[in-house]
Amino acid sequence: MSEKPVISASGLSLVFATHDGPVHALSNINLDIHEGEFVSLIGPSGCGKTTLLRVIADLEQPTAGTITVNGMTPHQARERRAYGYVFQQAALFPWRTIAANVGLPLEVMGLDKAEAQRRVKENIALVNLAGFEKKHPWQLSGGMQQRASIARALAVEPAMLLMDEPFGALDEIVRDHLNEQLLKLWAKTKKTVVFVTHSIPEAVFLSTRIVVMSPRPGRIHEIIDCNLGADRPLEIRETLEFQRIAQQVRDGLRAGHSYDD
Amino acid sequence: MKSAGHTSSLFHRAAPVTLILLLLVAAWYVAAYALNAPYQRDLNARQGVTVTTGELVAQTMRQQKPTMPAPHQVAETLWKTTFGVPVTSRRSLVYHAWVTLSSTLLGFVFGTLLGVVIAVGITHVPALDRSFLPWIITSQTIPMLAVAPMIIVILAAVGVTGLIPKALISTYLSFFPVAVGMVKGLRSPEVMHLDLMHSYDASSWQTFWKLRVPASVPYFFTSIKVAIAASLVGAIVGELPTGAVAGIGSKLLAGSYYSQTIDIWAALIAGSVVAMLLVALVDVAGRLTARAMGARPS
Repeated sequence: MSEKPVISASGLSLVFATHDGPVHALSNINLDIHEGEFVSLIGPSGCGKTTLLRVIADLEQPTAGTITVNGMTPHQARERRAYGYVFQQAALFPWRTIAANVGLPLEVMGLDKAEAQRRVKENIALVNLAGFEKKHPWQLSGGMQQRASIARALAVEPAMLLMDEPFGALDEIVRDHLNEQLLKLWAKTKKTVVFVTHSIPEAVFLSTRIVVMSPRPGRIHEIIDCNLGADRPLEIRETLEFQRIAQQVRDGLRAGHSYDD
Repeated sequence: MKSAGHTSSLFHRAAPVTLILLLLVAAWYVAAYALNAPYQRDLNARQGVTVTTGELVAQTMRQQKPTMPAPHQVAETLWKTTFGVPVTSRRSLVYHAWVTLSSTLLGFVFGTLLGVVIAVGITHVPALDRSFLPWIITSQTIPMLAVAPMIIVILAAVGVTGLIPKALISTYLSFFPVAVGMVKGLRSPEVMHLDLMHSYDASSWQTFWKLRVPASVPYFFTSIKVAIAASLVGAIVGELPTGAVAGIGSKLLAGSYYSQTIDIWAALIAGSVVAMLLVALVDVAGRLTARAMGARPS
């Protein structure tokens, strides 16, 4: 890990001014994420995990500290389309077909038609939605819609994916399936992934590192290394190694007062 | 299967409407008798004739200038003046309806354009957002009947007569629902969709065309449905103070001058029919657009 980190935050804080006084969403965050890592941010509601992701994406502005994305400010990185963002909901435009939704960022970028078509086709195939190009979002299940939104994020061909509880609204069976697919996708594309979740098994299954956060103020409690190897079938969750890391995450959450009343 | 479902849903929708219509017609007959009977009794007493109740009822249904014309009298006049005379005749309701319709449509197009322009301004220029909305709300509290003659007179003084002044009154009434509806529509995209466009570094122009405009389409059709009915009212009101020689408004006015109540009611119904057709047309256009935009069939 000698190379420069892709994302580097130091002393990062964000205070929201509200009617009930200031809310410390992020407090003194120090975090380096390197190329090709799969980093999960885990913690209870209000721990600032989504806020941190949004700061990386330049959707929120920090009030103190510094953060660089690809050595640039988040704003410059956003202008250069350094990342693809996947939201909690698929957020597809209902009036666009799946292909047109995946092509949306490419239209915004002003890519030429042939190249855009190639990327749309390629990324729809990558998330196993070939054949559904002409469907509208309501004709797809929730899991398929979220896959389409991942294809849309990948179509930008970003160096990294920022994912904000992308499978949080899906049932567990669909979630397991998409976790497996996401892992294969990550192995294939070698992208850096920052993944927000509140599911311990999901974080342990997917990540190379798990950032345990705690609330009030939102801060990093502990960073846990997690490497279950490249080839991870769902069954790996029954192994001792998996359960040891899961326990470690749970202990971290408890020590960070995440289970307090 | 699909067409059978369609027919039965049509029946389920038509049945209650028909029932209400029948109840209304029945109530109308009762009202016609109740309102016309005093005059008829008076008349019979003065002429020294005694009639049975049955005859009295029949008499109240065939007065020349009834207080309340019976439905069949109005229907007869409607039929005669719609199908019984050439549409170019000044006695034809179709002719008068067309005169009113043409200024309705012109005013509606103006009003829709104006409403959309105002809405785009309000959603994109913060100063307009704060300053404009109270004024356009105030504009609608001014009684149209009082303003309409002044608009006509002022425009006539500068040499604008005919269709335009009437259409402008329609514009005045129809821009408001479009402006209010489109402000809501252009602001309807979810935060997530706006964040998404922001993450692509989309310009506000791109966000406008690719997100705000398509998201506002359902709001657009809802508001122009109100606007087209308001336009028709505007056109009729515009015909009243001008001494207009043609149009549904002029028929209403002429009817009231000569106490031709049957003509008044016939013109009223003609106006309502035109309004219903216009609203239905907008509704169909809205549905077709929704389907073309891939909306889930409802």
